[in-house]
Amino acid sequence: MLLNPDIRKDAFKNFLFVLPAFMIFTVFYILPFMNLIWISFHSWPGIGPMHFVGLRNFQELATDTIWWDSIWHAGYITLIALIFQNALAFSLALACDREIRMKRFYSVVFFIPPILSEVVVGILWNWILNAGVQNGQQVGLLNHFLAQIGFPNLIHSWLSDPKTALTCIAVVHSWKGFGWGFIILLAGLQTIDRQLYEAARVDGATSWRMFWNVTIPMMMPMIMVVVILTILGSMQVFVLIVSLVENGLAHHTDVPVTVILGSMHGSKQFGLACAQAVIFGTMLIAVSFALKKLSNRVKQV
Amino acid sequence: MKISTILVLCFCFLAVGGCSARPSTNQIEVWHWMTDRQDALQALAQKYEQETGVKVKLELFAPSDAYTQKITAASQANVLPDIYGILDKKSILALFIKSGLVADLTEELEADHAAWESSLIPKAVDVNRFPVGNKDGVPPGIYGVPIDVTNIQMVYNNTLLKKAGLLKPPQTFGDFLTAVDALKRVGVSPFVTGFGEMWIIDCFASNYAFNMMGEDKVMATFRGEVKYTDPDWIKVFSVFQTLARKGAFIEGIVTKGNKYAEQDFALERAAFSFDGSWAVNIYRSMNPRLDYGISPLPAINPDRPMKVWGGAGSSFVVNAASPNRAKAVAFLKWLTAEEQQVFIAEKTNNLPANRAAMIATPKVLPDFSKAMDQTTHPSVWPVNEDALVTEAFDKGIQSIIIGEKTPEAVAGEVQKIKDREMKKKAEQ
Amino acid sequence: MQFNKYVFNKGLKGALIHIFLFTVAVSCLFPLFWMLRSSFMSNETIFVNQSVFPTEFNWQNYATAWTQANFAVYIFNSVIYTASVVFVIVIVASLAAFAFSRLRFPGRKALFYVFVAAMMIPLPGSFVPLFVMMSKLNLVDKPVGYILCMSNVGLSVSILLLKTCFDRMPLDLEDAARIDGCNSLQIWWHVAMPLARPAIAVVVIYNALNVWNEYILAFLLLNNKNLMTLQTGLMRFNGSYQVDYPVLMAGLTMTAVPIIIIYLVLQKHIEKGSLLALWSV
Repeated sequence: MLLNPDIRKDAFKNFLFVLPAFMIFTVFYILPFMNLIWISFHSWPGIGPMHFVGLRNFQELATDTIWWDSIWHAGYITLIALIFQNALAFSLALACDREIRMKRFYSVVFFIPPILSEVVVGILWNWILNAGVQNGQQVGLLNHFLAQIGFPNLIHSWLSDPKTALTCIAVVHSWKGFGWGFIILLAGLQTIDRQLYEAARVDGATSWRMFWNVTIPMMMPMIMVVVILTILGSMQVFVLIVSLVENGLAHHTDVPVTVILGSMHGSKQFGLACAQAVIFGTMLIAVSFALKKLSNRVKQV
Repeated sequence: MKISTILVLCFCFLAVGGCSARPSTNQIEVWHWMTDRQDALQALAQKYEQETGVKVKLELFAPSDAYTQKITAASQANVLPDIYGILDKKSILALFIKSGLVADLTEELEADHAAWESSLIPKAVDVNRFPVGNKDGVPPGIYGVPIDVTNIQMVYNNTLLKKAGLLKPPQTFGDFLTAVDALKRVGVSPFVTGFGEMWIIDCFASNYAFNMMGEDKVMATFRGEVKYTDPDWIKVFSVFQTLARKGAFIEGIVTKGNKYAEQDFALERAAFSFDGSWAVNIYRSMNPRLDYGISPLPAINPDRPMKVWGGAGSSFVVNAASPNRAKAVAFLKWLTAEEQQVFIAEKTNNLPANRAAMIATPKVLPDFSKAMDQTTHPSVWPVNEDALVTEAFDKGIQSIIIGEKTPEAVAGEVQKIKDREMKKKAEQ
Repeated sequence: MQFNKYVFNKGLKGALIHIFLFTVAVSCLFPLFWMLRSSFMSNETIFVNQSVFPTEFNWQNYATAWTQANFAVYIFNSVIYTASVVFVIVIVASLAAFAFSRLRFPGRKALFYVFVAAMMIPLPGSFVPLFVMMSKLNLVDKPVGYILCMSNVGLSVSILLLKTCFDRMPLDLEDAARIDGCNSLQIWWHVAMPLARPAIAVVVIYNALNVWNEYILAFLLLNNKNLMTLQTGLMRFNGSYQVDYPVLMAGLTMTAVPIIIIYLVLQKHIEKGSLLALWSV
């Protein structure tokens, strides 16, 4: 860090830069969150007096398999998104980083899914993954296609089979979100100095070596940002889940946010909902710290 | 970028928005959630202003989830409007009453020998009534005004039934199973409904529970006197297993939202459905040529008539803290009078809450209106099940339908949650 | 731009790349086409007729959506909210990110972690506390309340994005500016901000999209229908009892247009990042 001595004295002045953000943040985030923690020690139906119950909500959650399963589900969706969505985003960005035709067209088109309303995405994917049959024809687009190309044995009730439901949700989610990774990674790729590739080529490096030794290290900060954004988006996905499977396939498609909303609006247990939010928030913070550590280590390598 | 321009614009806007006019005392504010009734209500609000000079400010917040959140949040900050609705269980309505947020309307409804009360459909009034000695500890009285009524029944597609050689809808559960086989033989999916939504499962299951074991035993279960592992409850769970094994349900029924189920039925992708009176509108707009009929679900126990789930469709309550309380009540009284009720019924195809209007609008959903006498609803039951138990019950039924659990296993799990919640209540 | 031939062979590989790009592009365009063609259908035909191209043209749907959803007023509100939130975030987040990246003060690291951690905490749980806080501050049913609330929502992510960018800023530029007598504020405005244009473009599009498509907080914090946004207006076609699909699609199509325009404008800036060669060097 560069810092000349008289700047260092100006710690207070420097803090002023962060002050507006800090104030907005305190009022709209930290204070409500404190309140949230306070409510989590109560039994409260959302109206009327609160009833202090100490740690009971947390104790109850500790043994609640549905709750812990929901965290695994979110983790599973996140894992698929991290691999599938980011691989897709990265490979598309790599492809578009070349001097190819219709490059502008592609970089606009890939940003359509993030722009689209969840309502359209929900209706459309419900149609694609529908498993109904009418007059001997598959109603769902995917099943119809499978029947047409001669794989009728692959026809499946995609969203209401516990084996495939969560994966389908993860795939649709990845499809909806890869555009973000794509623009950030493309912007990053375009800033790589082409001379670095030239130099590597002169040294006789193969394409793969160049990719691993030049592209990946140069892209590390961008990749970290995309990874954090992916985790953030995937751990909190719920509108998409509701639009695909409504209240859920038994408990197989529950994720923490749907569980929290369920305890809040379904069974009116605000105390429990707040306890769930606190636990989930703490876990996510732990994950982001681990990531930070990891990225520091990667930087050192 | 002309930052200064944007800034100036922003501040103008903020200044204008910041100093919104204080509500005049001659205005009542209504928050509602009924997207399909917005136009009709707006027209009536204007008419009311012309007639009485009282301005009715209608604000629509949809979907209902957002509305519920809004009401919960506003109740915390004490900024509820003069008239609003509580789209929740009766126990939540009770909490609103106890917090002094809902006015007791008994006096107004029972004035002049209960003139207002008796003009309304009794079942719909009961939904908003807390009887003497109610379980919630609320002073007895009527706390809301129904503006329309609904009920939920089985609908059947005549064309598809004919295709399978069936001339009339099944009356008994046995007939129903025969119909399922016949429909499957001709490649028609027999039954669709929104089993992705908990309340429909609940509704369907309690219809059969009432039919098979009678109301008293169901209530005894809710009170904790009968266990869910009772053979009668196992039989209720088994209804779903039987239907699922027979292939009665359309593929993917457990994750189907009711909107998609309605779409399927309207587009003739299934012969039977289980849906509310509001669906008539949807069928009409999606497929005007749809030839369908309505009947209660086929009974398993022929000795008990099948109950129909229903009652008040939408009810409004009056804010007890409102300075305009009398005006708000007057507006609701006007809104539920025959003329206005006929107007809403004809404009929106909802069943009116006013008895005279129900008779005056025979064309509005005749088959649904006939069933109003058989309706029942959790809000008129003496006891209600705990929400967590109901959730385990409904999710358990989904597991039965997809074949991953047996009725016995689900009954055991539900009872376990029931025991836990009973213990928790006893401790408090 | 010659490096590509070292990364990929021409010929077959090129064709495969095009097939790959094209397939993904089709999957992205399909919903857009479907939304467009559906907006011209009627509730009766929308799900029966499965052609990708509209077979009828009910322009009436657009008129209905425009008048019933109160578009004329709501589009103005939405634009104002979006512009204000984006403006607040770009200024506030870049100041903070600049300080986190280039300046030193006690608690700098801890505070940054607090910001990053906060984006991880799910908001749904905190609606009620948030509303109570807002009404205590007398900010309910006021545009400024909604704007500040939405600014908070996008703040953390924006700070993270901008800090990543500022971290890569060459030191010599900053030193040169200091020698010329610039103070930190001037360096932020004259040196850091212009260099961070691609990152700012991403921040703008990210937050603009967030605000433009948001309706839950708008419903929660605003009562007066004259202050509502486009998305809240559209919800009336997506009711609990009845969905008017074609009108909903017409409304959604109209709503998507401004955001697509914003993206087209900003996309140039994102690509110009290559000229500045800054983001990741």
